[in-house]
Amino acid sequence: MSRPRLELHRLRKSFGAVDVLTDISLTVLPGEFVSILGPSGAGKSTILQMLIGATDPDMGTMLLNGAPLVPKRDRFAFMPQRDALMPWRRIIDNTTLGLEVAGLSREAARAEVAPLFAEFGLAGFEQHYPAQLSGGMRQRAALLRTVVQQRPMLLLDEPFGALDALTRTQMQRWLAKMWSRHHWTVLLITHDVREAVLLSDRIHVLSSRPAHVVHQFRVPRDHPRQGVGSPALAAIEAEILQTLLHPEN
Amino acid sequence: MLNASALSRLFARIFNHAGPAVASVSALVLGWEAYVQLSGISPTALPAPSRVLAQGFENREALAGHTLATLQATLFGFASSLSAAFMFSTLIDFFRPLRRALFPVFIITQTLPLVAIAPLIVLWFGFGLTPKIVLVALVTFFPMLVALAQGYESTDRDLSELLASMGASRWRIFIMARLPSARPYFFAGLCISITYAVVGAIFAEYAGAARGLGIYILNAKNNFRPDLVLAAVFVSSTLTLLLFGATVLIQRASMPWLRLSEPTR
Ligand SMILES: Nc1ncnc2c1ncn2[C@@H]1O[C@H](COP(=O)(O)OP(=O)(O)OP(=O)(O)O)[C@@H](O)[C@H]1O
Ligand SMILES: [Mg+2]
Repeated sequence: MSRPRLELHRLRKSFGAVDVLTDISLTVLPGEFVSILGPSGAGKSTILQMLIGATDPDMGTMLLNGAPLVPKRDRFAFMPQRDALMPWRRIIDNTTLGLEVAGLSREAARAEVAPLFAEFGLAGFEQHYPAQLSGGMRQRAALLRTVVQQRPMLLLDEPFGALDALTRTQMQRWLAKMWSRHHWTVLLITHDVREAVLLSDRIHVLSSRPAHVVHQFRVPRDHPRQGVGSPALAAIEAEILQTLLHPEN
Repeated sequence: MLNASALSRLFARIFNHAGPAVASVSALVLGWEAYVQLSGISPTALPAPSRVLAQGFENREALAGHTLATLQATLFGFASSLSAAFMFSTLIDFFRPLRRALFPVFIITQTLPLVAIAPLIVLWFGFGLTPKIVLVALVTFFPMLVALAQGYESTDRDLSELLASMGASRWRIFIMARLPSARPYFFAGLCISITYAVVGAIFAEYAGAARGLGIYILNAKNNFRPDLVLAAVFVSSTLTLLLFGATVLIQRASMPWLRLSEPTR
């Protein structure tokens, strides 16, 4: 078994008097797609906040490739809960953001990103402003902005949460396809059970606040996943739903 | 960005919006003219608009010279207050405690009655350009500062966190996210304070100056020439409206994405 890309051990976090996370432990292996599934307000985004260094854990350890994580030095490719596209930048210049911050010139960054537009279903929209794109396209642009940073791991915070059901399903399948092609290491936050089952190798189910990991599910690999109709997946889905509804059993 | 068809559409829109305003202002002027003609009131008490126009035209060279002086004071004063507002808003954004130290001082500057402060500023700075610049800056600085400070605060927190996760420094985040986020607030503040600016300049000139619309108005009044007073008032209103219009045009040109609610394919 290869060394985990990311290990979180007994993380604990409170904001003032509010205990948000009591005990979060999880690992992500290289090339693995891991989801954190939990009710709204459980503290899912807070876990990612600690990974990107926006806030510090009160207790516990975070290891990246076996070494202690240094939040300002070890960088993840982070996609925030809302797409956070800059309305004043054209799509191409939104997707190059991470490369520009990393020091590339605008031209070099554009040249690097431009070939990926077709794969992300955004060809022809390079010069559009975010306001001109549909919700699904905005999410794909945000995802493109995330992956071009070439970081060892993607952190996706409910990437499809704001989309309608049909677009969401399309985007999930698209992401599954992209993942099996590119072998990204992904930590995905979601509160959509089907999404987690469709995309993940492993799923950590959180309790409501103060959150701890109630149970871990492994989803058998049969990528590329088509999702609908598979009885094995449906069974896991039902089991996860039970766990979410009755976490104490 | 403003091609020919966009420009003609813009003029059509202005006409649609301005139509009722033009009608009501015309009615007012016509009523005024009719009253003066019918009542036979002395032109030294109430001159007819036709007389204001004619006398204004006759004295156009003097008026133009004084207008230029006022415009100069307005633009210089506004430029200084904008630079100061940018500087202080940025400082406050980086060093939060400064806000509590500086805001009360700035607010006090807004409570000073111009009538009292204008003669003092002229007394300190003389009859040249400087007192006008100071007064214009005084009346426009605070609105611009507040607009910018609020604009920075309006930055999407997700966006700041995203940039930080990419390794952007605080200064970089300011330049890439906070400053652009403030742009709509900046222009809203600009539209308001540009209208104060001309009035501020005229106030300073009225309190004492070598040139400018304010001193022109004062002299005309002292010579019992209300027609020339009104001609100067007309010119200063027009000047304000033109500056306002220019601001709106710049605003539209610099934020094209605000007009793109639907795809343009
Ligand atoms: N910076 C902060 N200061 C104070 N409280 C915070 C802060 N960030 C988060 N919280 C609190 O922590 C709790 C968990 O927030 P978090 O955003 O992590 O939830 P979440 O699981 O991502 O929810 P959702 O699914 O709705 O996005 C909330 O009660 C929230 O009010
Ligand atoms: Mg969240």
